[in-house]
Amino acid sequence: MSEVKYSKEHEWIKLDGEEATIGITKHATEMLGDIVFAELPEKGSNVDKDGTAGVVESTKAASDVYTPVSGEVIDTNKMIVDDPSKINEDPEESAWFFKLKIKDKSEMDSLMSKEEYEKFAKETSA
Amino acid sequence: MNIKKTSLNNLHIKYGAKLVEFAGYQMPIQYKDGIIQEHKYTRSHSGIFDVSHMGQLFISGGDDLTNDLEKIFPADLKKLKTNQSKYSFLMNNKGGIQDDLIITKTSDGFLIILNAACKYNDYEVIKSKLDNQYKLNLDESLSLIALQGPEAKNVLNKVIPGCNSLKFMNGNNHVYKNEKVYITRSGYTGEDGFEISIKNSDAETFVESLIENGSKLIGLGARDTLRMEAGLCLYGNDLDNDTSPIEANLKWAIPKSRIETEFVGSEVLKNQFQSGVKKLRVGIKPDSKVIARGNTKIYNDKNQEIGKVTSGTFGPSVEHPIAMGYVDNSYSTVNTKIFLEVRGKKIPANICNLPFYKKNYVKGEINV
Repeated sequence: MSEVKYSKEHEWIKLDGEEATIGITKHATEMLGDIVFAELPEKGSNVDKDGTAGVVESTKAASDVYTPVSGEVIDTNKMIVDDPSKINEDPEESAWFFKLKIKDKSEMDSLMSKEEYEKFAKETSA
Repeated sequence: MNIKKTSLNNLHIKYGAKLVEFAGYQMPIQYKDGIIQEHKYTRSHSGIFDVSHMGQLFISGGDDLTNDLEKIFPADLKKLKTNQSKYSFLMNNKGGIQDDLIITKTSDGFLIILNAACKYNDYEVIKSKLDNQYKLNLDESLSLIALQGPEAKNVLNKVIPGCNSLKFMNGNNHVYKNEKVYITRSGYTGEDGFEISIKNSDAETFVESLIENGSKLIGLGARDTLRMEAGLCLYGNDLDNDTSPIEANLKWAIPKSRIETEFVGSEVLKNQFQSGVKKLRVGIKPDSKVIARGNTKIYNDKNQEIGKVTSGTFGPSVEHPIAMGYVDNSYSTVNTKIFLEVRGKKIPANICNLPFYKKNYVKGEINV
């Protein structure tokens, strides 16, 4: 079973061995509204935990996407760059943002479980 | 300060609005469908906009009113026929725009529609410039509802029969539930449409009847993307106290007959008409999908800063990022290559014609 965790910046991360897949949560897409632009990190680049690793823009505003863990970018999802509305449609499955080769698995420990995140999202949006 | 609510506040909540504060009012930024769907519905069918936060200033009393108002506004008010409207400006002595507005001649004076954030200041400025000689009423007992889109005429005509005989930039008195309403054919979306001035107590049932006839409530978010596609200015973003109507590329709103006459700011404007301006408002189309928002810096191909974006978004109907802004006049020609600084990168873009979305105004229709 792969493990899914959540960050306070509203990213989800799914760890499969060394490979982490990262995207933004459904709650985040609901707050952003219609997403019309996505920018992803470059393949082969290294990103640091809590650093900027992309941008999403709605009709209203731009928001940074952060990486919840450090690692090397091994893949990016071209589909969401070509059609950013896919992020609103399926944010936690097919509309993932990027995949990392995770540097330090212990960085996962500080992240939230699904239940913790749902509670957090509810409290912060109230 | 207490946040104000329009008479449609309960209706906004009923239809699932996300409410934000705008110019001191609690206003809907979007409803359940979201900005893109609301935008497209307005373009394909019709949309209802609560613009009751805007000022409705009625001025009446005295034979010299037209003359005295011409000393303030650069519009040809003497030629204006009863119920005809003109787009104009309240300017300062430097020719800067304090507000952009629509003046309509009524049977006993003028009605001026003012931007929400400017209305109280406008009222004071106009009142003092008129030397308190006339009756001014910034009427807050009235709501203002805009109905925009290709189906607007059909929807409104079912609720208020006869209104689709109005011509663009003209108004008239009509009756709704035995009460007088004032309707103009105008708008802010690039579509055919109407603005209806109606008693606060009738606003909710009126809007419900528009909804029953197929229209939908549209929030400020889509109002902004619609007006940007139509190349229309938003006061505070694209127009301000340091920008003249000539610089804003709104020369068309100043009739030739007024250039040689006196009004507030006329000296500066006359000069600009003769010698030209340093900066000019232009349309901007980025080459890529990157969106350049307000305050984005504009550069030439030699990396010199030449201007600033004042509004920018993704245009849902043109399906491309769009922007407008001010550039040094020597870069204002269509197809000039420019660069927009977004998140530290220089994004290539071109100066382009406005509007991005072609207008669909109706000159008047009697049989539908």
